[in-house]
Amino acid sequence: MNGVALTLRALHHGEEHLADRLTTMAERHRTEHEVHHVATDLARWSREHAERLAETARERDADLAPAPDPDLAPDPDDPPARPTERRPEPGVLLLRDLRELHLAATENSLLWEMLAQVAQATDDDELLTLASACHPRTLRQMRWTNSMIKTLSPQILSSV
Amino acid sequence: MDVSVDRIARPWGTRTPYGRHEAWPVRVDTYLEAGVDPGLVQRWVQTASLLHSDGDAMDIAVVDGRMVGVRGRAQDRVNHGRLGPKDLFAWQANASPDRLTRPLARQDGRLAECGWDTAMERIVTRSRDLLRERGPGSIGFYTSGQLFLEEYYTLAVLARAGIGTNHLDGNTRLCTATAAEALKESFGCDGQPGSFDDIDDADVIALFGHNIAETQPVQWMRVLDRLEGGGPSELRLLCVDPRPTPVARRATVHLAPRGGTNVALLNALLHEIIRTDRVDHDYIEAHTVGYEELASQVQKCTPEWAAGICDLPAARIAEAAELLGSADRLLSTVLQGVYQSHQATAAAVQINNLHLIRGMLGRPGAGVLQMNGQPTAQNTRECGANGDLPGFRNWQNDDHVTDLARVWNVDPKTIPHYAPPTHAMQMFRYAEQGSIRMLWISGTNPAVSLPELSRIRSILEQERLFVVVQDLFLTETAQLADVVLPAATWGEKTGTFTNADRTVHLSDKAVDPPGEARPDLDILLDYATRMDFRDKDDGPLITWHDPESAFEAWKRCSAGRPCDYTGLTYDKLRGGSGIQWPCDEQASDGTPRLYTDGVDWAHPDLCESYGKDLATGAPDEAVDYRALNPDGRAVLKAAAYLPPHEEPTGEYPFQLVTGRTLYHFHTRTKTGRTPQLNAAAPDVWVEASVSDAAGLGLHEGDLVDVTTPRGTVRARLRVTDIRTGLLFLPFHYGYWDTGAGCGPGGDTPGRAANEATITDWDPASKQPLFKTGAAALHLAARADGHHAPAPTTTASAPARTGSVPATTGGRDALVTEATE
Repeated sequence: MNGVALTLRALHHGEEHLADRLTTMAERHRTEHEVHHVATDLARWSREHAERLAETARERDADLAPAPDPDLAPDPDDPPARPTERRPEPGVLLLRDLRELHLAATENSLLWEMLAQVAQATDDDELLTLASACHPRTLRQMRWTNSMIKTLSPQILSSV
Repeated sequence: MDVSVDRIARPWGTRTPYGRHEAWPVRVDTYLEAGVDPGLVQRWVQTASLLHSDGDAMDIAVVDGRMVGVRGRAQDRVNHGRLGPKDLFAWQANASPDRLTRPLARQDGRLAECGWDTAMERIVTRSRDLLRERGPGSIGFYTSGQLFLEEYYTLAVLARAGIGTNHLDGNTRLCTATAAEALKESFGCDGQPGSFDDIDDADVIALFGHNIAETQPVQWMRVLDRLEGGGPSELRLLCVDPRPTPVARRATVHLAPRGGTNVALLNALLHEIIRTDRVDHDYIEAHTVGYEELASQVQKCTPEWAAGICDLPAARIAEAAELLGSADRLLSTVLQGVYQSHQATAAAVQINNLHLIRGMLGRPGAGVLQMNGQPTAQNTRECGANGDLPGFRNWQNDDHVTDLARVWNVDPKTIPHYAPPTHAMQMFRYAEQGSIRMLWISGTNPAVSLPELSRIRSILEQERLFVVVQDLFLTETAQLADVVLPAATWGEKTGTFTNADRTVHLSDKAVDPPGEARPDLDILLDYATRMDFRDKDDGPLITWHDPESAFEAWKRCSAGRPCDYTGLTYDKLRGGSGIQWPCDEQASDGTPRLYTDGVDWAHPDLCESYGKDLATGAPDEAVDYRALNPDGRAVLKAAAYLPPHEEPTGEYPFQLVTGRTLYHFHTRTKTGRTPQLNAAAPDVWVEASVSDAAGLGLHEGDLVDVTTPRGTVRARLRVTDIRTGLLFLPFHYGYWDTGAGCGPGGDTPGRAANEATITDWDPASKQPLFKTGAAALHLAARADGHHAPAPTTTASAPARTGSVPATTGGRDALVTEATE
């Protein structure tokens, strides 16, 4: 398997993973209304990215399954979502979930960077167009999680 | 010529037609209570309306220390003598027998009368305990859109520098936050670009989600006078509104889109403007950044594409675009149909974009009015009582914070600026979580006006939350308070306030407040004294003692900022017309229009905001903004359409919007106590379309339940020409005039529209969305001879004319209209 296919597979997995995480986030933090609604909107972006990546992979006969190379993919042992009511401090849990989202989006962003770089190196316009279309939205996902952490942490952490 | 008109039956009165580019004729409206002859009036005291954002200037008639009527001020630039129904009648509520006249404090679970010292000491003790035990972040202030400038400014200083909390916002969050955010996104800074005078010169007025006939009735009189004063092509209207408003009935093109699809519609309109090259390329080149991205974003947004999303014929969208594109002077106005709907800021910004790419800005007739809902919302914004720093300073710009600290003589780190100032919905969330332990609510009624009321009541009822309410009446919210402070209101205190087109008016005291009620300013100054707030040299933090000295202090804070008041004084505002800010040495008579020669306040060093991601609300950083917009031009910010967060389902097949009616203001604390206004719209109703009613076998006057996953409202049905699939509930009604007290219970079903609304807000402006959400409609009982208690004169007019008795006011609503 070539590097492009490896990256496509890792990124496809990463976007699906982020979409699931955002959806879980939205469900788990329903009472954090802005988090709930924006996470739901942002999950849609990741699903679209995953679909476009799958389409690109299909056109190139690149195999997206089974699980991608562990060196390129997010850690499959990440803890699964658990409901908030079992946790003592929902605010602290919210900050933890936002951090994990941020890291997952960052992972994807780096993979998009790699894809864009290899696309340029191999003069692959189609791939570059894909990366140029999707990567900015990944950066916006990162900026959102970062800004939520910045806004919420003073209040949450000073009142725990 | 004097005529006598029933201004409940004919809310906009008689016409004084005038042509394009002519001066709007004067018509002086006067209403005096029965038996009072104008010759008997002892004093006429200058003020302006406090019941909407128009700022209609008027004089209060006083006889023997009592208000007996009002008269419009002929010389004022805003209204040229005219008054709307609320202006004419609602002053009577000041003298209601159930005004609060003494402070109340909760004792053994019940509110009991007490003295001012007792009430204030309870607040001070709790404040001190919380500051010591939990820090400034445990105290929040939720204020209003109805106090005066001097009061907001004092509140902003004591909250941000005295307490040192980031938690200060106004209920302007519900009405005007998106207007402010959209202006910041496009122009780098808040500040209304246009002027009401633009109505005189425009040839096309586009009203986006703005039922101006009911929200600013005096400016609608102006539009009507223009429509009747010239040929058919002299003034054409575009109306985007799902209800059959008076505006829709007079529009050349009326679009009633599916709820939550404004961005799709606006992107299609921009697509057409660009496709037909109705674009001012020189203006774009000279004054904007971002055109390429905008053009690329809307490139695929054809009318056909939008037609499916908005459920509108593509041809009508094209006609609307033609109207906008062919305008010679285009005026757009925007209100809650945009601000309280899905993708609020993104949509409002596209209207700014329309004007920027057409170069329709800063000239008579060519302008944007991002409107306000409430009368003094503009001051909440300017003074930093609304989730921004005073004087449109940028919380992310250390130089701005340092400058503010200089004005206040405090250390910059006293003023929290490590994160955006907390918005109202987040404050209630913090109170829900228990990190805010004291909430001081002034001049607003969140137990009726915020979304999802069962949640709001449960937050305010918490034992651990100390709630202070400062108001005129024992509102639904006050009933849940720990301490209630009786406030003086309009006509009983002096101060200034600023309308939606930046016009500053002085409002003088006409009569004494009832009992021990005090002006809000006095209450805040008393608290500051008792708390002994100090500046960095150990002098008093707040150095003023009355309205005029507070105004002078505000002038120093506004100096050199876009909302510069330094050229204004009480004396200058007394006697003549209101004056539009900025008013300084260079513009001593005020400033009719902003951005007459490019954009002034978008430079990275000057701007109030570096902008936000319109989809996520994440603030941009200074470095990004500097790269995007180094020269401080207007920013053309593109946005993609996103589907609404709650769509109709089998169980909840309708879209539900809430809104207002001409005859009421906010939660009816004043208008519900005004006989003429109350009789015109005495109780809640729900509007549904002819086909929806027929499909469910429902008829005018049937008692129905409007149910959402949040709750149920019981109301009588009015069948109108509203968009099919849409229900409308007026949001004014609560519980103070029912037997139930502060919420539904016992024999009182849900009456407040917000029992049913969803908790969701625009990520950029943080304005709650009252025009989104799905609902079901079910019959509770047949009409049995009843009609819906909805006016017939407004957007709630029945589909079948004459099918219900017409709304009239009779002899008690006769107003004298005097024209030359």
